[in-house]
Amino acid sequence: MAEIARSHQQVASRLSQRSLRRVATRFLFYLAVAGIVVWSIGPFVWQLNASLQPDRYLAASPPHFLPVPGTIQHYYNVFFVKQFELYIINSLIVAGITTLFCLTFGSLAAYGLARFNVQGRFGILGVILAISMFPQIAIVAPLYLLMSGIGFLNTYQSLIIVYLALGLPLVVWVLFGYFRELPRELDEAAKIDGAGAIRILWSILLPISLPGLVTTGLLSFIASWNEFMFALAFTSDIHHQTIPVGVANFTQLYSVPWGDIAAASMVVTIPLVALVLVFQRRIISGLTQGAVKE
Amino acid sequence: MQPIPTIAEGPGTPSLRPARLPGLDTRTLRTVGLLLLPTIGTLAVVSLYPVFRGITLSLRNTTLSSQTDSFIGLQNFRTLLADAQFWNAWRNTIEFTAVSTLLETVLGLAMALVLFETFRGRGVVRASMLVPWAIPTVVTSKMFGWLFDGQNGIINYLLKGSHLIQANVNWYGSTQHALQTIVIADVWKTTPFMALLLLAGLQSISGTLNEAARVDGASAFQYFWRIRLPLLMPTLLIAALLRALDAFRIFDLPYVLTGGGPADSTETLSTLTYKHLFSGLQFGFGSALAMAMFLTELLIAIGFGVFLLRRMRASGG
Repeated sequence: MAEIARSHQQVASRLSQRSLRRVATRFLFYLAVAGIVVWSIGPFVWQLNASLQPDRYLAASPPHFLPVPGTIQHYYNVFFVKQFELYIINSLIVAGITTLFCLTFGSLAAYGLARFNVQGRFGILGVILAISMFPQIAIVAPLYLLMSGIGFLNTYQSLIIVYLALGLPLVVWVLFGYFRELPRELDEAAKIDGAGAIRILWSILLPISLPGLVTTGLLSFIASWNEFMFALAFTSDIHHQTIPVGVANFTQLYSVPWGDIAAASMVVTIPLVALVLVFQRRIISGLTQGAVKE
Repeated sequence: MQPIPTIAEGPGTPSLRPARLPGLDTRTLRTVGLLLLPTIGTLAVVSLYPVFRGITLSLRNTTLSSQTDSFIGLQNFRTLLADAQFWNAWRNTIEFTAVSTLLETVLGLAMALVLFETFRGRGVVRASMLVPWAIPTVVTSKMFGWLFDGQNGIINYLLKGSHLIQANVNWYGSTQHALQTIVIADVWKTTPFMALLLLAGLQSISGTLNEAARVDGASAFQYFWRIRLPLLMPTLLIAALLRALDAFRIFDLPYVLTGGGPADSTETLSTLTYKHLFSGLQFGFGSALAMAMFLTELLIAIGFGVFLLRRMRASGG
């Protein structure tokens, strides 16, 4: 009897040991998950916090962890002193038109490459992708001379043309993936009915590929919204400069206006973050297809 | 029963139709040409032409401010090789590229492994990881300027609170720590993206291998080291290569956060080139710098490519 009891005890202690280990592993796992979340949104939240605090809180030690009592002074400054809405309008125009052209040109090219058995199409696709690897600093000077030659400096179209070329390779690549998956019978049937290439693309392929269009549209919009170097080089006044240039120029003579900067950061980032959270699945699938090129 | 002919010809399978030899049908060829024209045209004007123009510019002494513009052969490159500023920027860029790529790959892999497990709220965590990627890099620079502020930055406060440092560190205001701060900001911004790429790679590895290994009594660690990692290796290396090529061009972060300073300690090849081009208006010399950068990047890509091919061949691929 005693022996049996002892073995029972052993089993029990072994069991509790195992469950203890499981609890510990679980705890560490969720700690890692929490770490990832803090990593990803911590700096953003801290910036949001700063944007709502009066300047004297920002200069205080220890720092204020909550904006209580808060202020919207910084947001007021962003719009009514710095005229930030102008940068936002410029960015909306540039990124919007770029995206429209990217989708038009990109879907035509992807259609041509994916739906016709033309020799060397993978070669062409490869070249288009390789072009996207060129360092941008290597093309900025010649493009500056070109834009200045045709009187395009400090215009929207100078940025739209450049962003179009920067965005196209990814758009072509992702849409190529989409179009290739669709059954060929769709084209064949439409062709028998007398539809031309453009009509097949417009009324058959594009409606089915709407998810792909949303993904690529978002990616090219975000890329144009965020681009800095060309905007800095090509535009020179508040009526054409985009948001990144506006944010970069946010300085004062004697002190750094951290609160105003934080407010401006929030204004231009929150729409983007909202967009990304809503469309996260599509964006991730588009990005991973676009970047893991095998 | 007769087989239904159209079904046999599924998507992606090469066409069984006779005699439509690729490239011979001129009508098809013309259609495809027209479809490709807008894209090829744009890329030719905005990407290809400037590269060739850049090469010719790099052989001239074009300066916009003084109107000099004549052919000088390789003179710019000779000046470049003797230029201490160039070598300083070159070293900074290589150091930044190596350290940030390494950190982002290792940390990204760790995050991907966590995300690979199923748990409640995984979708939310994955969505949150897109936030650093979506934020404009210029805004990231300002954000880290505030986080790492020498006076009131939260990072200094937290480090002092946990007794890791005694006094405030002047992060991006000192030659000692400025490049480190930029590496940290870049690692913050890019690691989650890297993790999502690697996660996609992990998910494409078959789950049955997992079970087979578990049945064979492999520990979790053995399983990771012997099975998962080798299978993930091609994705990992390609992701690291793309990251390294991108890191090599770093411009926004140093330009906005430090302007290349203090004392050129965060000057990268891109920021130096930009300054020569648009502050000095030396389009000839600046283009030579850009070409040197292009060449270095090409070498990195080729080196990596050769390494990748060897590895794949060695693993019996």
